[in-house]
Amino acid sequence: MLAPPLLSVEDLHVHFVTSRGVVRAVEGVSYEIRPGEVLAIVGESGCGKSVSSLAVMRLLAKPAGRVVHGRIMFEGVNLLELSDEEMRERRGRDISMIFQEPMTSLNPVLPIGLQIKEPLFIHLKMTEEQAQARAVELLKMVGITDPERRLDQYPHQFSGGMRQRVMIAIGLACNPKLIIADEPTTALDVTIQAQILELMKELSRKLNIALIVITHNLGVVARYADRVNVMYAARVVEQGTADQVFLAPRHPYAMGLMRSVPRLDQPRGLKLETIEGLPPNLLDPPKGCRFAARCAFKAEICAQDPPLVEIEAGHFSACLRAPELAAGTLKPAPQARVDAGVRIAKDAPPLLDVQGLKKFFTVTRKGGLFSNTTSQVRAVNDVSFKIAPGETLGLVGESGCGKTTIGRLVLRLENPTEGAIKFKGEDIAAKSLNELRDIRRKIQVIFQDPYSSLNPRMTIGQIIAEPLMVYKIVPNAKAAAERVAELLVQVGLFAYMAERYPHEMSGGQRQRVGIARALAMEPEFIVCDEPVSALDVSIQGQIINLLENLQHKLNLTYLFIAHDLAVVRHISDRVVVMYLGRLMEMADGDALYAEPLHPYTKALLDAAPVPDPSVERARAPRALKGETPSPLNPPSGCVFHTRCPLADGDCKKIVPEPREVKPGHFVACIKV
Amino acid sequence: MAAVSQPTVTYNIRKRRPALVEFCIAQPLGAISGVAILVMLFAGMFAELVAPYDPLTINFGAMLAAPSAEHPMGTDAFGRDIFSRVIYGARTALTIGFFSSLFGCTLGAVIGVSSAYFGGRIDMAVQRFIDVMLAFPIIVLALVVVAMLGRNLVGGVDVNLIVAIAIPIVPKVARVVRSAALSIREMPYIDAARAAGFSHTRIIFRHMVPNVSAPFLIMFTAFIAQAILLEASLSFLGLGVTEPTPAWGLMLSGNASDFYREAPWMILFPGLAISVAVFAFNLFGDSLRDWLDPKFKV
Repeated sequence: MLAPPLLSVEDLHVHFVTSRGVVRAVEGVSYEIRPGEVLAIVGESGCGKSVSSLAVMRLLAKPAGRVVHGRIMFEGVNLLELSDEEMRERRGRDISMIFQEPMTSLNPVLPIGLQIKEPLFIHLKMTEEQAQARAVELLKMVGITDPERRLDQYPHQFSGGMRQRVMIAIGLACNPKLIIADEPTTALDVTIQAQILELMKELSRKLNIALIVITHNLGVVARYADRVNVMYAARVVEQGTADQVFLAPRHPYAMGLMRSVPRLDQPRGLKLETIEGLPPNLLDPPKGCRFAARCAFKAEICAQDPPLVEIEAGHFSACLRAPELAAGTLKPAPQARVDAGVRIAKDAPPLLDVQGLKKFFTVTRKGGLFSNTTSQVRAVNDVSFKIAPGETLGLVGESGCGKTTIGRLVLRLENPTEGAIKFKGEDIAAKSLNELRDIRRKIQVIFQDPYSSLNPRMTIGQIIAEPLMVYKIVPNAKAAAERVAELLVQVGLFAYMAERYPHEMSGGQRQRVGIARALAMEPEFIVCDEPVSALDVSIQGQIINLLENLQHKLNLTYLFIAHDLAVVRHISDRVVVMYLGRLMEMADGDALYAEPLHPYTKALLDAAPVPDPSVERARAPRALKGETPSPLNPPSGCVFHTRCPLADGDCKKIVPEPREVKPGHFVACIKV
Repeated sequence: MAAVSQPTVTYNIRKRRPALVEFCIAQPLGAISGVAILVMLFAGMFAELVAPYDPLTINFGAMLAAPSAEHPMGTDAFGRDIFSRVIYGARTALTIGFFSSLFGCTLGAVIGVSSAYFGGRIDMAVQRFIDVMLAFPIIVLALVVVAMLGRNLVGGVDVNLIVAIAIPIVPKVARVVRSAALSIREMPYIDAARAAGFSHTRIIFRHMVPNVSAPFLIMFTAFIAQAILLEASLSFLGLGVTEPTPAWGLMLSGNASDFYREAPWMILFPGLAISVAVFAFNLFGDSLRDWLDPKFKV
């Protein structure tokens, strides 16, 4: 028999009153969670997943946000009826919260020991000695070595992953019954993410804590959740066990989400399914089914408001056509193949030829008055690769591995310390800024953050027209306006949007503007620096498909920089894996993922979660131990030896050169 | 389970009002000072129509007359109407204040943005030079410049005086704008412009300067107050506006210092005018900053 629920949210409605009107951020959300259970709330930005959990903590932004209806029952008490004082007693003691950003959720001026002990003093009235003992115990529990010493350290002395461990320790301090984790691993690297998730899952099992994980990463959900709530436009559209939701989704939105993520466990060469369009504006949501406008199965019946109905035991869907989906009479179209064609000119001389590239940054550390010491960060250390015309080269690695620096060097936004970057045989690195002007037209860039990569003071039209006018690609302003309209249509926007300012557009639309700006120069080569990592899942797919289509149509060559292995695998012909400034492995995309040879590549692939619970369960947890060493003081020999399962004495001495182990497959490891 | 229930809640939603109304409600002090500035502006612009007397007409029959219905602020040692002179003085103060602040802030902004954009040695050199400039009290710096340049009247306005008042403003603005520009320089859209191969001039003026307009606007209004005060001080010291042009600082000096015991209105009203003007511009600048800064918005 099931235990009674620890928390049950019943018909929760949250409204935000703004000067533009009422935003109905959460509408009729109900769910339950039992001790020891892991519930994932999945959805895209603005769908109400964070707001519904903040409502549980009663931490909604006042006075704008308010719960207008519903009950939040926690151990038989309606949290919404408690006084502020009573609520404060429960926060931190019974329910605790872990936030996304470990960099900003710890107070930088207090030692972490104090921050861990604070709830112990307040809620459990512990003495200093008791609290100290408990804090040491907690740090051990979350896997921080040498806890006695580390308690006196400040947050800046911890790495991102370590800080998130400290946050978890604070969350666990008073033995809470419920932990709400809002995107707990989004800001972390893949290998660290795996460690943290493993830790949280294990702790929740061991201590019988109920865990609500809010995330947009389906892979994370598949690996750890027992039950899943899928939210869309303020409502729960599908609810069920992880297996039900992942293997037999019964809402078109959930189905679309599953299909729009590139996956490591599926064959390449398929076009990504996308959910076209944008989520509705919650100020003025459409009548009837909220997803209808983007749904492939839209029918007349969808004009009615769909209730959340139980379609099988414990599996709910808010789709009026769910029975048809379940019966299999309604099926999504098979995924289209990417028209392969002869795109890559393999025999032609390489378009980009990078030879022995090095970039060292000099950092000055303040010593005494006159004793500043300088040290070097080896951001990129002896990296060589070639890109053929029409090819996409993927560059993957965790933060600080130097992948972005390589992109900036190719664009000559930084000057290389050593090495050559030959574009069509001409060395970019050796040219003066004036000589570069002609080459720069041919090499363009798409940035990660669509919010800051467009000048907020210029209209979309001005932004795209600027290079046209500067390089006199078009004769006059009228021709420029026409070309802007053409480019906007080409990237899937509308010509009238030229009048808008960047803040009037959504993230995905802005990213399209960024692509249009790059295309305006009529480039041959585009550096894509994490072009989709700031976007929602359904928008990611749209942008990836757009980039692929443009590549075929305009015969472009891409350097695709990303940390998401599945995205890189989907779009790249060849892949380079980097670690701490060095090239670890370079191979054909298929070969690399099918048969990774370098231990680091293997670890990366192991750590990356796959959005399929059955696949996830079959995999042994093999999280890579330890943290990335500081690039200020990289390990001797092979930079990976400190975390490598194969490392021995030789690895500390020999710097491995990339060797061609198989035709076209380069590995920098002496053990292979 | 039925379709999603809709709890009936009614809200009194405030309509979005025009920005001007929003400003008046959020920043009442700013609104009041704004009105004071408008009054001064009006008085200065239409001094011929507003002032009851010609400010230069000497009337020995009404020397040192106390404030009365005829002369609301009394008369000075030459029998000139102080009320009229204060009104004409607003013209002098606002002209010099406005132009020197505009000149100083613009130059400062361009220097600050360029210094941040080029960085490295150029930035180092510029900032050390600014340190030197900042080490001088502004009045001393202005005095030196005015003494070096002498007078240069263009259309009745001493251009060199404007330059002298603008120069101490430049380093202060440059320092503030530089810090704002440093964060803008790191924005990807600047990288995008560099990657597109645009010229330095284009990047600075088209992409960076417009994005520091908020701090620029705030400093521009605040420095008008400083400039008015500086002009008054220089005139008081005899290095600014010269007789017989009506100027507030000038009205405090000269024979006002001989007669202020007998005729305190001679210094009271010009002094009051200076205080009100400086207060108004400072308050207005402060409110503008609070209002434009999104951090202070609910």
